[in-house]
Amino acid sequence: MITFLEQGFTSFVATYAFAMIFHTPRQKLLQCGFVGMCGWLAYWYTVHMHLDIVPATIIGAFLTAVISQFFARIYKTPVIIFTVAGIIPLVPGGMAYDAMRNFVENDYNPAVSLAAKAFLISGSIAMGLMFSEVINQIITKVNKKRGKGKR
Amino acid sequence: MDLISKEKTYEIIEVCLLAGKIMLKNGAETHRVEDTMTRIATAYGAEYSDSFVTPTGIIFSVEGTEPTKTKLIRIIERTTNLEKVVKVNDISRKISAGGLTIAQAYYLLNEIENEPKTYSDLMQVMAAAIASGCFLIMFQGTWGDFLPAVAAGGIGFLCSVYFHRLVPIKFFAEFLAAFVVGLIAFAAVRFGVGAEVDKIIIGSVMPLVPGLLITNAVRDLMAGHLVSGISKGAEAFLTAFAIGSGIAALFVLL
Repeated sequence: MITFLEQGFTSFVATYAFAMIFHTPRQKLLQCGFVGMCGWLAYWYTVHMHLDIVPATIIGAFLTAVISQFFARIYKTPVIIFTVAGIIPLVPGGMAYDAMRNFVENDYNPAVSLAAKAFLISGSIAMGLMFSEVINQIITKVNKKRGKGKR
Repeated sequence: MDLISKEKTYEIIEVCLLAGKIMLKNGAETHRVEDTMTRIATAYGAEYSDSFVTPTGIIFSVEGTEPTKTKLIRIIERTTNLEKVVKVNDISRKISAGGLTIAQAYYLLNEIENEPKTYSDLMQVMAAAIASGCFLIMFQGTWGDFLPAVAAGGIGFLCSVYFHRLVPIKFFAEFLAAFVVGLIAFAAVRFGVGAEVDKIIIGSVMPLVPGLLITNAVRDLMAGHLVSGISKGAEAFLTAFAIGSGIAALFVLL
């Protein structure tokens, strides 16, 4: 439980700080932090339940994107504001770095496998984001059609 | 359909390209840039317009009474400044609603382009420092390593900003910044302030790492923007390589 709170707190602060690095408008910083925290906690919890990190990342990214789209609707801003900062905790930066370090140290086998994993994880972040976008589009289209049908 | 005059076509192209340029420079997605430019053009009466957006340049053409007009602009420097993206987006909404003339829109967009940054360098460095410390905890580091990671992350980010101003080659700035991060992490462990070098380094290079670029690259590829996806991927790879080799140079020296 303490680690859960600890993870939640650190991911909130990290996303908030990253949103500042990306020059997010001041009024949206807290929301960015919240989005990042939700995504990371979902990821962390699923990994904790012994799920593989690739599906865990998809789940985390999906949740991030869903909440971001919700916020984007409320505040009428582009979704990118929330997703860019929100996915930062999920991004395999540490892994990309590890891979590169192994490459330059001539340890090619771990380097290639780490690089492949980093690529897979970034692919799954993109997939999570895409899924939620597609679902969002389908919902808006279905709603539009229904509205037309009623008239 | 009413075809628009030659002068108006040029004005529309100028406004659309300025909006697209600001958005692309400040980190908007490829499809958003294309979408915004087409929308502005349609709002001003140019029914047929086409754009080709890559991270390094935009080609945009509008059809009027004369043969199609096309203009190209080059994007050299790219940063992330979401506030400007939001502002341009707001302006494009206003234009679509019919609330702005071409001259007004051009004036407003110019103002946005020349606006100063939202957060000062000092605030950004502090943010990077705190983020580094938090990433250390997220990567299962111990709280004992928190302060060294904060120091290394902050100074590393400061170095990358400073060196980038000194020598406008991104690779060089990132290489040196990673080197400094490694140096501080090693010094911290040597003098007994920190425990795990690897964790401290991973936490503190996070503000430099191109995680966002990697994800955007894959996303662009999936959305069918093949050229921009591949070039973003190349940029991300180069940055990761710079950081990795900066740390590796340190390992070789020590």
